[in-house]
Amino acid sequence: MTSIAIPRPAYAERPRVLDWLMTVDHKKLGILYLYTTLFFFAVGGILALLVRAQLAVADNTFVNNDAYNQIFTMHASAMLFLFIIPVWAGFGNYIVPLQIGAADMAFPRINALSFWLIPPAGLLMFSGFLFGGAADVGWTAYSPLARSSGVGLDLWIISVIILGVSSTIGAANFMVTMFRMRAPGMTMFRMPIFCWTMLVTAVLQLLATPVLASALAMLYIDRNFGGSFFDPNGGGNAILWQNIFWFYSHPAVYIMILPGMGIISEVLPVFARKPLFGYKAFVFATMGIGGLGFSVWAHHMFTTGAVLKPWFGFMTFMIGVPTGVKMFNWLGTLWRGSITFEAPMLFALGFLSMFLIGGINGTFSAAVPVDFAIHDTYFVVAHIHYVLFGGAVFAVFAGLYYWFPKIWGRRLDERLARIHFALQFIGFNLAFFPMHLLGLDGMPRRIATYSESSGWETLNLISTIGAFLIGVAMIPFIINVVMAFLRPKDQPNDPWEANTLEWWTTSPPPVHNFDSLPEVHSERPLWDLRHGKAAH
Amino acid sequence: MAAHAVATQERQGLSNGMLGFILFLASEVMFFGGLFAAYFIARADAREWPPVYLLTPEQVAAGVKLEVEFWLPFIATLILVTSSVTIQFAVFSIQRGNRSGLIRWTFVSIILGLVFLVMQVYDYSQLHFGVGDTIYGTTFYTMTGFHGLHVLGGVIFMGIVLARSLAGQFTAANHEAVEACSFYWHFVDVVWIALFTTLYIIP
Repeated sequence: MTSIAIPRPAYAERPRVLDWLMTVDHKKLGILYLYTTLFFFAVGGILALLVRAQLAVADNTFVNNDAYNQIFTMHASAMLFLFIIPVWAGFGNYIVPLQIGAADMAFPRINALSFWLIPPAGLLMFSGFLFGGAADVGWTAYSPLARSSGVGLDLWIISVIILGVSSTIGAANFMVTMFRMRAPGMTMFRMPIFCWTMLVTAVLQLLATPVLASALAMLYIDRNFGGSFFDPNGGGNAILWQNIFWFYSHPAVYIMILPGMGIISEVLPVFARKPLFGYKAFVFATMGIGGLGFSVWAHHMFTTGAVLKPWFGFMTFMIGVPTGVKMFNWLGTLWRGSITFEAPMLFALGFLSMFLIGGINGTFSAAVPVDFAIHDTYFVVAHIHYVLFGGAVFAVFAGLYYWFPKIWGRRLDERLARIHFALQFIGFNLAFFPMHLLGLDGMPRRIATYSESSGWETLNLISTIGAFLIGVAMIPFIINVVMAFLRPKDQPNDPWEANTLEWWTTSPPPVHNFDSLPEVHSERPLWDLRHGKAAH
Repeated sequence: MAAHAVATQERQGLSNGMLGFILFLASEVMFFGGLFAAYFIARADAREWPPVYLLTPEQVAAGVKLEVEFWLPFIATLILVTSSVTIQFAVFSIQRGNRSGLIRWTFVSIILGLVFLVMQVYDYSQLHFGVGDTIYGTTFYTMTGFHGLHVLGGVIFMGIVLARSLAGQFTAANHEAVEACSFYWHFVDVVWIALFTTLYIIP
């Protein structure tokens, strides 16, 4: 076996706490990202449970209307801006340089800046609770409501702009890293699929996030300096906000799901013991989703009557095509594989089945007449949760179970993982499947309560039970992690018989990542070594 | 096989730093793109432009006039375009290893940038409308204001380049910050030309 020797630099020792605060190591920053975002996942989850507690029974007075508005707004804001989007940056930070055989990201100090913008922005967003109420107009902050909401929304605006800066400079960093830092032999079309999804995500972040920043700046000017951007009385246009907001936020949906697809595409081949079926098709499908993602934003706005409905409906159906291609990539990978059901695989299969439902009810909503019927109902809430929880969150856990041995050098217990998966899978479907029916029955989203005569009580109660079951599912996960940390680091370089370069080095990797690198002839260099394929 | 350095594969053409900087400028373009979109939608919505029909009697009584002065901003435009030329001379100087030329031309560019800012502030003080006076005032001050902040950022950037030039940090082979600064300044200049055309020339 040939390998390439790498000169090793010397490192200065620092006190442990200072080391974590001042680190520019992509692995330590990745871990900080994961801890921070999982913390906000917990906070957002508790807010979700408050929402479900309020909606459990009809005419409930558990929280008042004002508090309810703040709770569901902050639930969505925390989950989207402080959990899902940055958690991918966390995985990407740790894994991308390892997968491409680099020693670090292209700009380590900018990387540290990207991370350190997040905790203060999160505190700023939540500080609204101390100053007369947090943001309470939904995470979409539509005008005219957003023009008259309290100071909590100003804090929210500034926080989201800061988070946008974090993800924009992070995106440039990821792009340069993948364009310029790949190991010898690793062409663009030999990059692991997770890297590709991070790359397309980075392009979307770089081009879409600043547009959101411009919209937020306009909203801030409207609210604080008497501007008229979204005020028809001054010649502005309330629909303008929706257009600019969704011009960011629809690509952002793919920012939130593409890296999850990447993780699934790493996990499925490893546990089916087959290479990914149709690597290039997958890459082009990812690019296709990224490109089409910029042309579908107004499908969120059909009922405004102010958008070209046939065009945006058609383009939305079109985006189902590359997504369908990926579905067949995954099924083709599983086909006749020697499948085993370790924890990462369970969550990957959970993703596959739940994201399929999320994709189908999404395409369903793309039909303009259907959308008119279900717009702003719980059907949409069901759709977003099948995509972002059934999709993204299952992928987060697949990634955590898959890379835990690499990142922390320890293996998570399989039995506890199976309990976690079973509880989460059942709880998730109990919580969110009834929402389809509630939506079709006309229950509007974002209402603080409903009357008994509506007939929505049983389904809401089931949904609440499911939500709390998801909360219970986190207990075996936390026990599993704590117990793993109590055990010594005992994991070999490649406990799963995986395919990509991060499994070539030790678990966890040394500061400089690699003492040597194998020759790279495909997107799966370790598979090639095991199967004696020198060339591809 | 020859030993490869894994971390720093500097290649021909753009360095990593310049590539990252150009990507950053692309994100800046998208930011201004959002503002321009807002402006053109407002104009498409308006019956006439400037939208004087939107002014309330109180605003009219208070002396609000939706008009901009042309010649002062026009001279400011010439100054900003000139500064783009001078910062490029700074780059050409250091490319030939001429440090005193770098210092001289960077200094001139900073002065021109500051003159532009002073003229913009003076121009603001002469206008008879505010940011709250219809969508006309809101878009005008938001767009020129964000551009002005970028000019200020560029002046600070050039100030850092000047300080580093005086410290002798740049050579003919190593002057990436100077080039990045010139890219940024050209970007600010191009945005201004688009803004000037949009706000002052399109009838």
